[in-house]
Amino acid sequence: MVIEHRPPPPPSGPVPWEKDFALKLLADMVRIRRMEEKCAELYGVGKIRGFLHLYIGEEAVAVGALHALTPQDNVVATYREHGHALVRGLSMNAIMAEMYGKQEGCVKGRGGSMHLFDKATRLYGGNAIVGGGLPLATGLALAAKMLAEDRITACFFGDGAVAEGAFHEAMNLAALWRLPVLFCCENNLYGMGTAIERAEAVTDLSAKAAAYGMPGLAADGMDIVAVHETTRAALARIKSDGGPVFVEYRTYRFRAHSMFDAELYRDKDEVEAWKTRGPIHTFTARLKSEGKLSEAEFLALDAAAQREVDEAVAFAEAGSWEPVEAMLRDVYSS
Amino acid sequence: MSRKLTYREAMREAMREALQRDPRVILIGEDVGRYGGTYAFSKGFLDEFGPERIRDTPLAELGFVGTGIGAALGGLRPIVEVMTVNFSLLALDQIVNTAALFHHMSGGQFSVPLVIRMATGAGRQLAAQHSHSLEGWYAHIPGIKVLAPATIEDARHMLAPALADPDPVVIFEHAGLFNLEGELPDIDGVDIASAKLRRTGRDVALITYGGCLPKTLAAAEMLAAEGIEAEVLDLRVLRPLDTAGIVATVAKCHRAVVIDENWKSGGFAAEVMARIMENAFYELDAPVARVCAEEVPIPYAKHLEEAALPQAEKIVAAVKEMFA
Ligand SMILES: Cc1ncc(C[n+]2csc(CCOP(=O)(O)OP(=O)(O)O)c2C)c(N)n1
Repeated sequence: MVIEHRPPPPPSGPVPWEKDFALKLLADMVRIRRMEEKCAELYGVGKIRGFLHLYIGEEAVAVGALHALTPQDNVVATYREHGHALVRGLSMNAIMAEMYGKQEGCVKGRGGSMHLFDKATRLYGGNAIVGGGLPLATGLALAAKMLAEDRITACFFGDGAVAEGAFHEAMNLAALWRLPVLFCCENNLYGMGTAIERAEAVTDLSAKAAAYGMPGLAADGMDIVAVHETTRAALARIKSDGGPVFVEYRTYRFRAHSMFDAELYRDKDEVEAWKTRGPIHTFTARLKSEGKLSEAEFLALDAAAQREVDEAVAFAEAGSWEPVEAMLRDVYSS
Repeated sequence: MSRKLTYREAMREAMREALQRDPRVILIGEDVGRYGGTYAFSKGFLDEFGPERIRDTPLAELGFVGTGIGAALGGLRPIVEVMTVNFSLLALDQIVNTAALFHHMSGGQFSVPLVIRMATGAGRQLAAQHSHSLEGWYAHIPGIKVLAPATIEDARHMLAPALADPDPVVIFEHAGLFNLEGELPDIDGVDIASAKLRRTGRDVALITYGGCLPKTLAAAEMLAAEGIEAEVLDLRVLRPLDTAGIVATVAKCHRAVVIDENWKSGGFAAEVMARIMENAFYELDAPVARVCAEEVPIPYAKHLEEAALPQAEKIVAAVKEMFA
């Protein structure tokens, strides 16, 4: 398969959802977008340090997929997980304070951008090792199955992770043991600066599932309707069959890989072309054309997101530093 | 009443008891089921506990160790058997980057109550890729605990506290000890926090662990025949290291030799020596010495393998040099 670096045609057809649900998902995409735009700004002035990987452009994936899950499901994510954490239910305050390194952050300033965790919402990272979360997801699913708990483990990872041994080992075990795992591959066509066709012998990622006898689905990751409906279908399949399902979400990041990336590896017009397919404005346009959204409603939800961001920044600014004497805490539980 | 059994039987009993006591305990690893365990530690378990709890895995060390970590996070109490420390290098990422860090990275929210067991050590003419002693590498990592049972008693009783521990525990079992036979004293348990004196003496402290313990005890007997009474401290727990136990024996004997099958450069013996310098320097009547593996991939030929590893004679020679 030749990889098409041009975006697919814009999504069309009616949005098959109630207005409230559609607006909720739209609002969540906007919350992620506004939060991350602010993060980029704060990075520029040195308030946020370390590695910062933005999800801008990919919002439909986290929002569409996570809204198909229930609170008892497990979520494993990567270092590009701000959006997943927010949609999963972490407060923006706790996320922003974590970015600042404040002890009011969700992991007390121990992790920063790449290590957001939250027990209450069953978010198991925040993992900065490419592919590292995949075996973990298989294990969480094993525990759920053996303890007869009704939960699915959703594991997010990039197209880059597909080349790691951990991907294949985890997929094989999950399929062999028939474990309830949703493997969510966020294919944004690049692993840092390496385009997928320069890293993968077979670039049709959803086809890889067949090697493990696992259903493999693909969805337009720029279309939140496709993401959500495909995820629901995948979850239904996991519930009926018991075994895992692999879903490839074809998406694109509008920003550089991280704040350190000069982005010398892809054309500006490629990025611009994808931006015209942005998940927020295509969905907004669709909803408006169907009469499910007015401009005033959009402005209201955007303003609400902005307020939330402003509050989160104020919260993080007002936060405190963990005393150095407490540094050695939490190395061991006992 | 004490009774006689082998190290292998002791470990097997410990695992069987753990599986009987707690339904959350499962055993995961290559050939742990149908084959009965590479070293026969789990013989009969598949019949007794079934394939849900005794899980044969494919050859995928990274994958199944990581799965064990996830299963521990999810509420099970997995014992993951990695055939040998040599193969654990394929799982190093999951052990070091995930298991050891998870509690800290999550701000104390999550714990990984996992036990990883692996065979270690040389001495059976298996050549370079089956003879590593990398306990020191693991003991370097905060967030995991590292045990090295060297006696029947520890083989029988260290697993239970390891499983009860909320943190990941790595247990190194020296392959040269599996057929060791001895008396199991009638005790309830052991701790996984302190070193233990295996022989008392007054002239020199021999500090060791794991597969080197029997060789060190033999050396102590040889020394006794020459009038030198050696004390033998078995470290047992490499992380957290029992500094007080080390200081006590050094303060008593004023001379110390560290015996360790790790290579000398950057090896675990160096850490023990440093603890002595930091905490008991003024107790010393002579520089601390060490007997370690030679700086060579462990050779296959018997005479060369023996020459590459610590042996009782080498320990005796090191002690005598101290008194010369
Ligand atoms: C095991 C490992 N190797 C290399 C890196 C460095 N690295 C960080 S992100 C990244 C690219 C990953 O790309 P992908 O999985 O497609 O995710 P994306 O960033 O596109 O979301 C690389 C190579 C890493 N963090 N971990």
